Amino acid sequence: MTSHTLILDEVRLALGGRTLMEIDAVIGPGEVLTVMGPSGAGKSTLLAMIAGFLDPAFEARGRVWLGAREITALPAETRGIGLLFQDPLLFPHLTVAGNLRFGMPRGVKHRTARIEQALEEVGLAGFGPRDPATLSGGQQARIALLRLLLSEPAAALLDEPFSRLDRQLRHEVRQLVFDRLRRAGLPSLLVTHDHEDAENAGGPVITLG
Amino acid sequence: MLLRLMPTVVLALLAGPILAGVAMVLLPAFGHLPALGGETFSLAPWRELLDQPGLARSVSISLASGLITTALSLAAVLLFLAAAADTRLDRWLHRAVSPLLALPHAAAAFGLAFLVAPSGLLARLFSPGLTGWERPPDLLIVQDPWGLGLMAGLVIKEIPFLMLMSLAALPQLDAPRRVALARSLGYRPTIAWLKGVAPALYPLIRLPVYAVIAFASSVVDVAMILGPTLPPTLAVSILEWFHDPDLEKRFLASAGAMLQLGVTLTALLVWWGLECLARRLGRGWVVNGRRRGGEHWLSLTGRGFLVITTLTAGLGLGGLALYSVAGFWRFPETLPTTLTLGHWQTALPLLGGPVTNTLIIAASATLLAMLLTLATLESEQRSGRRIAGLSLLYLPLIVPQIAFLFGLVVLMETLGIRARLALVILAHLLFVLPYTFLSMAESYRCFDPRWTRLALTLGHSPNAIFWRVRLPMLLASLLTAAAVGMAVSIGQYLPTLLLGAGRIATVTTEAVSLASGGNRRVIGVWALVQAALPLLGFIIAMGLPRLLWSNRRGMQGAP
Repeated sequence: MTSHTLILDEVRLALGGRTLMEIDAVIGPGEVLTVMGPSGAGKSTLLAMIAGFLDPAFEARGRVWLGAREITALPAETRGIGLLFQDPLLFPHLTVAGNLRFGMPRGVKHRTARIEQALEEVGLAGFGPRDPATLSGGQQARIALLRLLLSEPAAALLDEPFSRLDRQLRHEVRQLVFDRLRRAGLPSLLVTHDHEDAENAGGPVITLG
Repeated sequence: MLLRLMPTVVLALLAGPILAGVAMVLLPAFGHLPALGGETFSLAPWRELLDQPGLARSVSISLASGLITTALSLAAVLLFLAAAADTRLDRWLHRAVSPLLALPHAAAAFGLAFLVAPSGLLARLFSPGLTGWERPPDLLIVQDPWGLGLMAGLVIKEIPFLMLMSLAALPQLDAPRRVALARSLGYRPTIAWLKGVAPALYPLIRLPVYAVIAFASSVVDVAMILGPTLPPTLAVSILEWFHDPDLEKRFLASAGAMLQLGVTLTALLVWWGLECLARRLGRGWVVNGRRRGGEHWLSLTGRGFLVITTLTAGLGLGGLALYSVAGFWRFPETLPTTLTLGHWQTALPLLGGPVTNTLIIAASATLLAMLLTLATLESEQRSGRRIAGLSLLYLPLIVPQIAFLFGLVVLMETLGIRARLALVILAHLLFVLPYTFLSMAESYRCFDPRWTRLALTLGHSPNAIFWRVRLPMLLASLLTAAAVGMAVSIGQYLPTLLLGAGRIATVTTEAVSLASGGNRRVIGVWALVQAALPLLGFIIAMGLPRLLWSNRRGMQGAP
């Protein structure tokens, strides 16, 4: 995996002529930038713009770079940006291993062994053939993280990924996520309205609105 | 690229044949049909039409059937929905809707006929004990001159249709909260629903209601089984003229088809007038402040109506089954004295061909319809815009079949196209497509967009996502839509008869053609087979996902 820098170059999002947000930021490899703000401040819109599925109703200015590659106009599937949602969103028709395999790029060798190893690293050895719906919330969150990592993105976007977990679990999963993202050297952008998330992320914080 | 054109292709495919068909009926109606020597325009066909004995009566029964059937069905559905609570009876009635919708019109009509005929099940049940009848009374109950039997047969089938359409529209209205609000203001639940939900529901089911009017005013197969005979309804008369060995009658039939178009249009206009009236009167009623009164009576009517029609359909099917194995059966006896498999054994060798034809036509039409439906919905998803002109989907359901199918036949004869099976399949497609689309659209549009986004961020192309995410996750609704399509195709009578030039026999054409013969035992066999085929489709559609996803809890009870 090659590390990159995620650059938001004078990005400005507007709806019907009204500016929702402006941001200009550089996120280095392994760094987590936290964007905080009340709902409606345009946090999710920002993620949609970076990931490549912005609703055409919004007007977007500025450019997004991954290292030396400009991705502003690329289709979502070729951007190399991974996304963690509020819910784990494990495909209900696939097994746990099937979900992980679904995310792996073509041409990766020793898929089964890599999946097995990845599961073991998060304490879920042997969970491959399981039905994702039978997993607990914390387990599902870990599988979603593994799926993101195995898809070998160049950057990660986190859309309040811990808000649906209870307190105890939230702490645990948060540690794991930040730890693994840092180890993978991914520039990450976290959107949240939980101050603890921001503190734990340990990176710069931008507050909107 | 191709995908982006799909909505246009689908709408053209639906509207094209209908417009062409109506045009090709319009010309001969005014004497222009070069193939039969009609080179000039004239009003002769219309003069001949007006000279037909009993025309006024045919027309009035068609008109009345359209309006009364619709009014009764709509009232029953609205009253039931208003009164429905989460009781066991209501849940049972809800569940009966889909199989009832799958039941072909002809089978339901035969079932009703067997039940209420003078020598039918009901008369036997109460004779001679209650009625004192030792022999079947000389009453014209089925095929009565007023068309009451016809309307009853139609109501049995139109209630489930309107019910399903209403149930599909209701989630948009947040009915429970509306009712809760009205109840907090002191309204009784039934009144709360009728005043708070029904006025908002009606605009959403208006097109299905119009489809019921059009269907009931122009239906052929049910009218041949339950409708009056001397004279028959207008649509049945037209079919007789069209099939007259004297080809000159084609002009008459065409003029008749135009008149049918006018009759249906009149029925729609009258209904529209009633709508305006109801709106004016209803506005005052909604806000007159009365919160109770009559709710007991209203809810009893709604439930009672539905229980009766559901039971009638069920008992009718039972009657068909009983007759199909009945041996010796003297009149007042409630059950046959002897049972025999003889009728089945006689029919079995004859069933093969029609059943095969039925399945080939239904499977082909449904496959085509599903491909078009999915392509259209997928193109809608990718462009992110709703298709305009979607109400055109209802066109094949609102223009009377008999008014444009003739024109299509004439057109194909003129063009010299004789691929009968292909033509029948394409004609079925016209009627299957609206149903597969309506039944698939809701779940396709409600599919959580985050699944697509997630798969995109994992590097999958939109095509891969369609095959690997959307299709498997929507398998259950896909199969249900296919089963609905199959059921619609299996029940088609007129398109098969006309475009197959009478040479393609399906279980439906065979069953309906037995109606005039009146051999109940043979009819029992064929009508039962006709009813069983679509039901089989629904059983597969419900069973297959359960089998495939037996190890996937997240896919159980998915939409």
